[in-house]
Amino acid sequence: MEPKISIIDYGMGNIYSIKCALKEAGLKSILTNSSNEIKKTQAIILPGVGAFPEAMQRLKKSKIIDVIEDFHYKNKLIIGICLGMQLFFEKSSEISKSSGLSLIKGRVEKFKQNKKSMHVGWSQIELAKSNNSKKTSLKNDLNKKSMYFIHSYHCVPDDKNLITSNSVFGNKKFVSSLRTKNIIAFQFHPEKSGINGIKVYKEISKIINS
Amino acid sequence: MNLRIIPKIDIKNRNLVKGIHLEGLRSLGNPRSFVEIYYSDGADEIIYHDVVASLYERNNAAELIKDASKNIFLPMTVGGGINKLKEVEKILRSGADRVFINTAVLNNFSFLKDCIKNFGSSTIVLSVEVVKDKHDFYCRKDFGRESTDIKLESWLKKTEEVGVGEFLITSIDRDGTGNGFDIDIAKKISKLKLKTPFILNGGFSKLEHFSEVLKVCRPSGFAIGSMLHYNQLDKVSESSSELEGNFDFKSKKISFKDFKKFSISDIKNHIKKKFKLQFRN
Repeated sequence: MEPKISIIDYGMGNIYSIKCALKEAGLKSILTNSSNEIKKTQAIILPGVGAFPEAMQRLKKSKIIDVIEDFHYKNKLIIGICLGMQLFFEKSSEISKSSGLSLIKGRVEKFKQNKKSMHVGWSQIELAKSNNSKKTSLKNDLNKKSMYFIHSYHCVPDDKNLITSNSVFGNKKFVSSLRTKNIIAFQFHPEKSGINGIKVYKEISKIINS
Repeated sequence: MNLRIIPKIDIKNRNLVKGIHLEGLRSLGNPRSFVEIYYSDGADEIIYHDVVASLYERNNAAELIKDASKNIFLPMTVGGGINKLKEVEKILRSGADRVFINTAVLNNFSFLKDCIKNFGSSTIVLSVEVVKDKHDFYCRKDFGRESTDIKLESWLKKTEEVGVGEFLITSIDRDGTGNGFDIDIAKKISKLKLKTPFILNGGFSKLEHFSEVLKVCRPSGFAIGSMLHYNQLDKVSESSSELEGNFDFKSKKISFKDFKKFSISDIKNHIKKKFKLQFRN
């Protein structure tokens, strides 16, 4: 069986765990940075932990940026996890102001108001009103369940209707997942969130196989 | 943020081992079967520590994590003897989310800066293993074997400035004893008002040990070894690897009486009852 989904291997993030979680959810994936391999699959996952500018540079260098744009143009499914989600946006204030992939209108901001401005650990996701599509990857039983986060920046989309869940860090409410026509993105790591996280990948598997 | 209960898996070759004061390592079984039990019992993270890596100058945990990642979907923090950026990368590519470092930073402070620059603050945990001398605590390196004249407080302050993601603070005096975490360390940390979250490790065996600490300071997590491991001995499989280490303890079926039978859920329930603290659900 050919892999249906590519996990983009550009040296950022825990790609092996994503592959294992997809397998658990019944989806065969390939870890790759080859444009040709990626084009053969139906969907892509852009993972990532680390610095936004460094990640953009790597994507540009490896020409993967063109494949992502091609997927987007053709309305094929693009999934972003953590830094991968942030890269979909127009700009980030990380270190020097840098431009992202601009697939989603909005910006990426640093947590400022907390003394401990790095969000590492488990926090609940609260499903948003706009998370009502039949094609959502977050079923209602995941409302107020804990997911694993590791980040110090968060996304601020212009269109609030894209938001599928919010979470709270300190006393700051932030967007923990969103959905557009062809993009699904999580600030948390479903592959590190135990049984609840695997449920997310099982729904993604259904979407891809439908 | 939810408080984390974190089983700490010490590894020698392919065995889960546990010592006292980081010494006299007993082989307790196959690490994989311990981790499977902890996953289903609600562990929030797993720490893997290759305890002989510093001595043999190689970290063997990568393979074990790769294997565990297949069906354990939890954050994993891995360390032991890591002193090269290449090693950090190898471990992260094997399914680990974060690495912890100690000796390499005490030997060469710029290694910490390099790690943070390359992998980001959130990926780098600084392990600090201390021994008490009169009223002060001093950092040790090489898994407790080498002493330094660096005090706990100054080291935490200095490394916090560089931007480590979290501290893993071990009381060597209490490790494996079951006598509770050293409250003097908790008090000293509390005074520092750290901005960086910290995990405390060493000595837990009773439920009250957690409340004692929580009255003094608020760690982001508790790392637990003996208190959990000794309960699983009749449930876990033997390691299939070479028979190295002290197996007498298991083969003679000696029970380790200091440790009562508590599970991760027991610990969480106890803390929930006494404090307004949340755990993941």
